[in-house]
Amino acid sequence: MSDSKKHTHHHDDHTHDHSHWSDMDLKVKTLESLLVEKGYVDPTALDVIVETYETKVGPRNGAAVVAKAWSDESYLERLRENATDAIAELGFTGRQGEHMQVVENRPGVHNMVVCTLCSCYPWSVLGLPPVWYKSAPYRSRAVIEPRAVFSEFNVEIPSDTKNTVWDSTAEMRYLVIPERPAGAENWDEGKLASLVTRDSMIGTGLALLLSEVSS
Amino acid sequence: MNGPHDMGGMQCYGPVEPEQNEPVFHGDWEKRALAMTVAMGFAGQWNLDISRFARESLPYDFYLTKSYYQIWIAGLQKLMLERGMVTCSELESGKLEIPGIEIKRVVSGYEMTAALDAGGPVDREAILEPGFAIGEQVRAININPQGHTRLPRYVRGKVGEIIGVQGCHVFPDSNSKSEGENPEWLYSVAFDGQELFGFDAEEGNTVMADCWGVILNTPDLKKLDGIVLN
Repeated sequence: MSDSKKHTHHHDDHTHDHSHWSDMDLKVKTLESLLVEKGYVDPTALDVIVETYETKVGPRNGAAVVAKAWSDESYLERLRENATDAIAELGFTGRQGEHMQVVENRPGVHNMVVCTLCSCYPWSVLGLPPVWYKSAPYRSRAVIEPRAVFSEFNVEIPSDTKNTVWDSTAEMRYLVIPERPAGAENWDEGKLASLVTRDSMIGTGLALLLSEVSS
Repeated sequence: MNGPHDMGGMQCYGPVEPEQNEPVFHGDWEKRALAMTVAMGFAGQWNLDISRFARESLPYDFYLTKSYYQIWIAGLQKLMLERGMVTCSELESGKLEIPGIEIKRVVSGYEMTAALDAGGPVDREAILEPGFAIGEQVRAININPQGHTRLPRYVRGKVGEIIGVQGCHVFPDSNSKSEGENPEWLYSVAFDGQELFGFDAEEGNTVMADCWGVILNTPDLKKLDGIVLN
C-alpha cells in the first residue's frame, strides 16, 4: 500500500490500521452492485437508511428525552414506568430502541452502559455508536474497572459513588439520565437539552455545567 | 461459543481512546456497509441472532483486528454465501454469475422509513408465569455451547439478584439456530463486581446483565425458571 493511500488515525492505531479504507470502498461498492443486480435491495432504500442515521436519528433525540425528564416530573414517572412508550411520545421509535429502560444517576449512584458481547446501543435516542463504544478496550474493561474507564474520559466520579454498569446482553436498551447540573432549575427544555452530551447518556460523561455552555 | 466477541473482563486491550468530534461515518463505505446490513436484515433470510453469530464466529484474528463495519461486511458476506445468495467469485469480481434467489422481502425506498420506525420488537406473549421474583437470588448456569449465547463468560456460575422482570423475550440460543423463538422470561440481574471478578475488581461496583430464565437457577441449583426440581 502506498503512503498516499495510507490513512491512519492516532486514536485507534493499536487496533485498526485504516490504510485499507480504499480497499473497503471497492469491496463495499462491489457488494452493493451485486445486491442491486440480484434484486436483494433497492438502492434508494439504502440512501434512506444512510440519511436517517446521518441526519435524523442521533443524540439530540436522547437529549430531548433527558431535558423533558429533568423539567417534567410526570414525564419522568412515565419514563420509569414504560420508557419505550414515554420516549415514543416524543416521536423516537424504531430499531434498537424497541425495549427501552432509563437508568437515573443521583448523588452516590452512577450508571454506565456497555455491550460486552457486540455493539448493542439505543439507536433511537443516541443514533449509531461511536467507534470506542464498539472497541475491545471499552467492551472488556467497563465491567471490571469502570473507574479506570471513567478516567480515560476525564470524568471524575466521587470515590464513594456506587457504579452500576449495564451490560446490554439482551434486547433491552439503556439510556442514562444524568444528574441535572446545579443552577439550571428554571431553564426550559430546549436550553436544558444543550447541557446533555451523548457521553452523559452512555454514562462515560456528565451533563455539562452551566459555565460550559453559552447562555 | 467462547469466542473473541465475549470480551467482558479481559484486560489486554489497552486504554479506551475516544475520538474527538467523531463523525457518524468514517468514509462513504461505512455508510453503505451500515445500509446494506440493515436492508438485508429485512430480507427475511436470517434473523438478528443468526447475524450476530455470523459475526462472532468469524476468524478470531479478523474479529480482533478489523473495524466494526468491516466485521459487519464480512458477516453479511458469510450469511449470503452460506445461503447460496452470492458466490465467492462474484464477491471478488463483482460480475453476476448466478441470478438472485427469491427472498422474502425487499423494502423499497418509499417503505424504508416506516420499516425503520417499526423496528423489530422481540417481546412475546407469555405462556407461563415468571418463575423468579424481584429480590430473589439466582445463579447463572455454567454453559459453554458451541453455538450462540448471550450469557457472557464472566457471569456464568455467578450469583446475583433479580432486580427487574422485563417480559417474555425471544431466546437467542435457539433462535440463532433457526430452532424457534422459544420465548423465555427475561430478568435484569444485579451482580456484585467482586462476585464476578474477585478482590482484584474495583470495590462498590454492580454489573447488571439481562438473563433469560432458562439460563438462571437458584443459588443452590434446586429451581429452574418455573420448574421446581425434586
